[in-house]
Amino acid sequence: MSDKPVTRRNFLYITTGTFTAAGAASLVWPFVDQMNPDASVKALASTEVDLRPIASGQSITVLWRGKPVFIRRRTPEEISEAKAVSLDELPDPQDDSARAKNPEWLVMVGICTHLGCIPLGQKGEYNGWFCPCHGSHYDTSGRIRKGPAPTNLEIPNYVFLNDNTIKIG
Amino acid sequence: MSDNYVPKSAVGKWFNERLPLLDLIYGHLMPYPTPKNLNYFWTFGGILTFCLVTQIITGLVLAMHYVADADLAFASVEHIMRDVNYGWLLRYIHANGASLFFMAVYIHMARSMFYGSYKEPRELIWIIGVFIFLLMIATAFMGYVLPWGQMSFWGATVITNLFSAIPIVGESVTNWLWGGYAVGSPLLTRFFTLHYLMPFLIFALVILHVWALHVPGNNNPEGIDVVKGSQDTVPFHPHYVVKDLFALVVFLIIFAGFVFFVPNLLGHTDNYIQANPLQTPEHIVPEWYFLPFYAILRAVPDKLGGVILMVSAIAILAFLPWLDTSKVRSAKYRPLYKQFVWLFFANTIFLGYLGAQVADGMYLIMGRIATVYYFAHFIIILPLLGYIEKTKPLPRSLSEPVLSKEEKEIIASGATT
Repeated sequence: MSDKPVTRRNFLYITTGTFTAAGAASLVWPFVDQMNPDASVKALASTEVDLRPIASGQSITVLWRGKPVFIRRRTPEEISEAKAVSLDELPDPQDDSARAKNPEWLVMVGICTHLGCIPLGQKGEYNGWFCPCHGSHYDTSGRIRKGPAPTNLEIPNYVFLNDNTIKIG
Repeated sequence: MSDNYVPKSAVGKWFNERLPLLDLIYGHLMPYPTPKNLNYFWTFGGILTFCLVTQIITGLVLAMHYVADADLAFASVEHIMRDVNYGWLLRYIHANGASLFFMAVYIHMARSMFYGSYKEPRELIWIIGVFIFLLMIATAFMGYVLPWGQMSFWGATVITNLFSAIPIVGESVTNWLWGGYAVGSPLLTRFFTLHYLMPFLIFALVILHVWALHVPGNNNPEGIDVVKGSQDTVPFHPHYVVKDLFALVVFLIIFAGFVFFVPNLLGHTDNYIQANPLQTPEHIVPEWYFLPFYAILRAVPDKLGGVILMVSAIAILAFLPWLDTSKVRSAKYRPLYKQFVWLFFANTIFLGYLGAQVADGMYLIMGRIATVYYFAHFIIILPLLGYIEKTKPLPRSLSEPVLSKEEKEIIASGATT
């Protein structure tokens, strides 16, 4: 600063300016936050699914929070295929046991982790899922194996309420 | 501007003395000195203004019938097409108008690149133009989402998911954009709001664009400085008013051809299927005018990298005035640049072709080569050309290149005309 003395007026200018700026900035938040998911959206946070109609080798897709969730009853071959993969081969290493609480049931968000398309089931080079948009291949555990997607298909939070019912979310 | 406008009527005088608005408009439209050699590529500014106004007017009336709700949007567009009086016409003008707007803007940008219109002292005109282009992209993208067909929905999903590539905060940002955990009603409503707002922002920028243009005046095909009011300029009216109007009529014939004969040629048939969040279309393609950038996005096997590259492809345009190191503006006097700029145009069109193909095998490899060339043009070729290119001698006036040999000799001998 220059050699001018700090006056009472300087102090008043700076404090007034600072408080005005802070007050205005705090008012920005409501205008930003109004765009976040609202209470009615958040209220639809969980979905219960009856698993009885699904036979081995069949899958269903349910909607959870507006997103598709794949529920697949895997065949023994698919399970052994998923378990046999060495973690070194995976771009996003994750063991199959970390992805399926019950190895027979694979529950995952059916949204490609690249740009949000819905992969097609039992397609692609790894007999798992294949995203037609930009060519990502997932294996029988929903793990990314080839293509532009950065991570494995997401596993939502879910619990087995009993042997035949799961609750997602 | 040079001549002050004096209104003839008493009311006009009364108004103009209190607010010289007529004076301002008159100055920019009538005596404004313009280089006498502007070719038809210079008519696209007027055509683009026409496009913007057309989009605003048709958009305004479509908004009176459209409903921005995920359950109702698709049906309301069909309601416009079938029930609303002339709804089909208004919607086809609006939808095809967007495509023609982009055709015109690409020609306008190509003209600027070819004749070096972005160079000193016109850098700011160009930069404002880049911002207009960005807003046009955002407006067109959001507008395409509104009919809530399959391409609308999945286009919105893919593009909003680009933000999830941002490290750490990506997911929160996408949820914030969506107002939920997936693309749905909240997104549609906010896109509609922004789609309505942005054309007015574009309009404001267009005023700045023209204002900034009228300070140094137009560039011209020779790319040399022209003294305002000299023999090298003519008043905007009637010379360019008539030329612009003629070009506009030709443009309108093409426009009408699309609207009345092939209104869905540039659209995608999948967008007549209502949005289904459980089914992705076989092959998602954006509107044709985004294809070159889409090809760049897909050329990179990494999500964040692809996003960064696509954004850079547009952002790099803003730096063009400084990346091009040559002092000579027009490609007419730059033998090497002339070839490279055509190669650049061809490469961009080729990228557009690749953007429409399935990204696999040879297409992916060619996409990568074309992407590398796109950037090389800006960061290697243009900076280097300024140093190694031997440019042709510039004419001293706009008349010189069109004078006959005898006339030139007369001037050289010192005779005055």
